[in-house]
Amino acid sequence: MQNKAGIGTRTKLMQGNEACALGAIAAGVRFFAGYPITPSTEIAEDLSALLPRVGGKFIQMEDEIASISAVIGASLTGTKSLTATSGPGFSLKQESIGFAAIAEIPCVIVNVMRVGPSTGVPTAPSQADVMQARWGTHGDHPVVVLCPSSVAETYTLIIEAFNISEKWRIPVVFLMDEGIGHMREKIEIPNSDELKIIDRVRPVCNPNDYLPFDADKGDGTVPPMADFGTGYRYHLTGLTHDKTGFPTTQRPEVDALIRRLNSKMDKAKQEVTFIDEVLMDDADIVVFAYGISARAGARAVREARESGISAGLLKTKTLWPFPDEYVEEIASQVKAIIVPEMNMGQLVLEVERAVKGRTKVISLTRVDAEPISPDEILSALKGV
Amino acid sequence: MATLKELSMKDELLCGGHRACAGCAAPIAIRQALAAVDTDVVVGCATGCLEVTTTIYPYTAWNVPFIHSAFENSAATISGVETAYRALKKRGKIKRDIQFIAIGGDGGTYDIGLQSLSGAMERGHDMVYICYDNQAYMNTGIQRSSATPKGASTTTSPTGSAIPAGKVQIRKDLTEIMAAHHIPYAAQGAPSHWKDFMRKVKKALAVEGPAFINVLSPCRLGWRFDPAETIDIMRLAVSTCFWPLYEIENGVVKVNQKPRDKRPVREWLEKQGRFRHLFAPENEGLLEEIQKDIDDNWNRLLAREAMA
Repeated sequence: MQNKAGIGTRTKLMQGNEACALGAIAAGVRFFAGYPITPSTEIAEDLSALLPRVGGKFIQMEDEIASISAVIGASLTGTKSLTATSGPGFSLKQESIGFAAIAEIPCVIVNVMRVGPSTGVPTAPSQADVMQARWGTHGDHPVVVLCPSSVAETYTLIIEAFNISEKWRIPVVFLMDEGIGHMREKIEIPNSDELKIIDRVRPVCNPNDYLPFDADKGDGTVPPMADFGTGYRYHLTGLTHDKTGFPTTQRPEVDALIRRLNSKMDKAKQEVTFIDEVLMDDADIVVFAYGISARAGARAVREARESGISAGLLKTKTLWPFPDEYVEEIASQVKAIIVPEMNMGQLVLEVERAVKGRTKVISLTRVDAEPISPDEILSALKGV
Repeated sequence: MATLKELSMKDELLCGGHRACAGCAAPIAIRQALAAVDTDVVVGCATGCLEVTTTIYPYTAWNVPFIHSAFENSAATISGVETAYRALKKRGKIKRDIQFIAIGGDGGTYDIGLQSLSGAMERGHDMVYICYDNQAYMNTGIQRSSATPKGASTTTSPTGSAIPAGKVQIRKDLTEIMAAHHIPYAAQGAPSHWKDFMRKVKKALAVEGPAFINVLSPCRLGWRFDPAETIDIMRLAVSTCFWPLYEIENGVVKVNQKPRDKRPVREWLEKQGRFRHLFAPENEGLLEEIQKDIDDNWNRLLAREAMA
């Protein structure tokens, strides 16, 4: 069987970057704007060939800032839109990510993490953009951050990224790393009818009555979004604005906007939290990991079991909003939580915040551009 | 102008042992440019093939002070160095004469670096910017740039059933954009015509204020040709008038090479794998369009020269 992009449903061997491109097509992405940067370039290359086949558009822009700006514009017309980059390019995109957050424009930004800061090691994996993904742009803003740990997961999770982005009108950062991006693995491409695809809610009112940022209907969080060019004329700005979309500096209106935007993080938390539990039933020591480090975690936990240690793995695919309540609950049941990360210890700070001192939190860091090995995690497990 | 023999006895300022591909024109162009410099010189280079292949730590192929900072700011970096030099010279802390050359590939010049280049030209720094134009992002693996000519297949403008043409847009005319800054000197060169190119570099260094030279730099991997043919490919680019050799000095246009026997562009295109698809029957019209674009540009250039 072939889907529209001419991609069969059979088992395939492919790179994480390829899976990202194919998953995006399956999610309904029909616009990509990007700029070449290692180690994310294959996503752009693949989409330059795939998008024209499904009636989509691919544009290579003159830089990273223009790329995210084009994505924002395309999304405003109602088209699911993607850009992909890596560290330095992700830094350049930050201002516009803030615009997407305040103007509530769905979009997904892939950051295939490499070692930083600055040029760093362009051809080696890292997990050091975890905090940048959450707080890279200025101001209190909502952003969801997802992180796959395999090629197959990249495919399904990029679809979730778009579903979340569309439903909550929120930018979603998709944090891959050089290892996942360039690694080749087996993947079963799902049938399109097995996939749940969410599209943004569009207004049904008379265009003259449309208030673009009126969230009072529904759950009071996400206003319906009109496609540009369909007769729903409205004003869009990076300034704080009221329900009409026009700027305001009235204190209560500024307050209401900032609070409503950020409430998306709390309201969405439950349904955007994706955590896999491995051998957790009777675990008393837990490895809490994400991305490429979770793979080493899985093996370390299996080997620990063989030496009689009751270890379990919590693999989180959602980094932000951080699943603090979930971690808090686990904390009271275990002796220790080990957090392996390819950075100086970023998400471990959130684990510590959630644990509130109920159990021991051990940070395991590696910043030499090599993935954390199962042995390192195993010796940490044995050391508890 | 020195003879070839004299030039061959000069110290190489970009020396051998670097890791550019066999047949890469970029180091040829830059060696010629640096051979035209008679004073001390500081070189800045944007991220790209030239920077990556000549500076793999702990090695360097540069026998001159060399600065690389990022992809988009070679012109800004060198403009800062030039400003520091002027300030130090004014205070008597530097006595000797130093020239400043910023280099970028087409990605780092036509695209992401255009803003910083434009700023440096407008501010009027006494520097020369040399763009080695290999017509795509070769360092990251042959993605199209705004210098990629219409019809070329790259990894982000691939030829295929939906878009048989490859890149559908025409290339940006950067030399004209730079000339529109009304800088004292802007020119286009090719290392296949080394005397012409080196004369242009000398002129660019001699003028007071900013100068810009766009130099054609065939890439054997991206353009897909036999590396032994680099110079021939360049000669054909000139003799088909795809790449006119000309200069604009204080607003006056001068065409430096007028081919006696102007060749059809297909002779240049058919030597390169990136244009192979253009010779399929369905792209016949596109070939004609490309020829027409080249003829129009050439005639416009001659008319402008005649006006002067």
